[in-house]
Amino acid sequence: MATTIDVMGQFKLTTALGPVGASVNFTQSNLTMVVICALILALLHLGMAPRAVVPGRLQAAAEMLYGFVHRMCIDQIGEEGKAFFPFIFTLFSFILFGNLFGLVPYQFTITSHLAITAGLAVFVIVLATFVGLRTHGLHFFSYFLPEGLPIFLAPLIVAVEVISYLSRPISLSFRLFANMMAGHVVFEVFASFMVAMAASLGAIGYVMAVGPFALDVAMTGFELLVAALQAYVFAVLACMYLHDAVHLH
Amino acid sequence: MRRRLPPAARLPVVSALAVSALAAWVLGTVPARAAVGLPQMDFANPLTTSQVVWGALIFVVLYVLLSRGALPKVASVLEERARTIGADLDAAKQAKLEADAAAEEVARATREAQASSAAQVAQAAAAAKAAAEAEAARATAVLEAQLAEAEARIQAARASAMAALHDVAMETTEALAGRLIGHVPDRSVVNAAVGAALAARKA
Repeated sequence: MATTIDVMGQFKLTTALGPVGASVNFTQSNLTMVVICALILALLHLGMAPRAVVPGRLQAAAEMLYGFVHRMCIDQIGEEGKAFFPFIFTLFSFILFGNLFGLVPYQFTITSHLAITAGLAVFVIVLATFVGLRTHGLHFFSYFLPEGLPIFLAPLIVAVEVISYLSRPISLSFRLFANMMAGHVVFEVFASFMVAMAASLGAIGYVMAVGPFALDVAMTGFELLVAALQAYVFAVLACMYLHDAVHLH
Repeated sequence: MRRRLPPAARLPVVSALAVSALAAWVLGTVPARAAVGLPQMDFANPLTTSQVVWGALIFVVLYVLLSRGALPKVASVLEERARTIGADLDAAKQAKLEADAAAEEVARATREAQASSAAQVAQAAAAAKAAAEAEAARATAVLEAQLAEAEARIQAARASAMAALHDVAMETTEALAGRLIGHVPDRSVVNAAVGAALAARKA
């Protein structure tokens, strides 16, 4: 009985594209990103190719994605949000397709890596800070001191505000990373059960393996929801941080 | 349709990217001690940070391809549709205005026709009434003339009958008196008596 359950193996990074990729540390995660980008661009370019007034399915999907993100930008940030629309669209589609592509069996989930989600989150916060400084100059720092505050509370509140501001990238990155990793760990655990049952219990094990298999099927539906929801949450929070930077509350 | 980001947003994107890359590099140089079990936390593995660097590069390429190519394409189609729909709506509005005007014209013509026909009906009725009245007056005149003539004839007949009655009464009286008293009284006596009796009847 040497069946060990290695649920973390799926997250292990390897180099892709043979010796060339290995020489520049190009990982299977990056190869997945390239595939994702190709899918996003294909959806938009192939979908919009007919330029139909009454869209077909693919064009409707491309337009829906565009309209959804566009509305989100304007709703969350305001009219200034149009300037950030290309960035928010890139961010949202990158995460959404990364999450969904990870649900394809045997495919790597880029958003299950903290380094990737943290990179995106840090970039969002740094971008928001730069936008705030550029829009308001040094007045931007008044963001950390709410108006009408008794002056003796200022040191405390400023400390709290600064900590909460700096913790944004942490919560942003961990939320996405933890959600995606947890889902894939659960997939792997149930799948391991199936293999273990079939290996140790013979014919009965094959019958019993239907249970974990059914759970994995149900989980796939749930993970589709999580994939879309977490991409949306990440993009909405990025919009809200940009809103704060543009409007200072 | 926006080929480039507005300048306000362009510089922060570049600067933020630089700072983020710096942060990633700093994170990557921190020796990872808690790298047990989770491959994601294995920062000693150069692949963990190298995927972020490649990822940033791929993300930027995606951003450029989307903001310069794909998204303006979608926007142009959406704009074209909005224009088409707007033009169609305008045309429909114009057509409705024309239809309304035509309907108003029809209603006006109907009203006019009704008014003129009502006037003609009234005119015809008045003419017919006048003709009927004239005919009735003429008939009445004829009948009255005939009536007057007939009355005159009756008067004449009556007068002649009354005149004849006196003679008949005298003869009858003379005959009766002759039979009753044996002789015929004097003509003037009879005449006076008959005249008195007739006058008494008449009264």
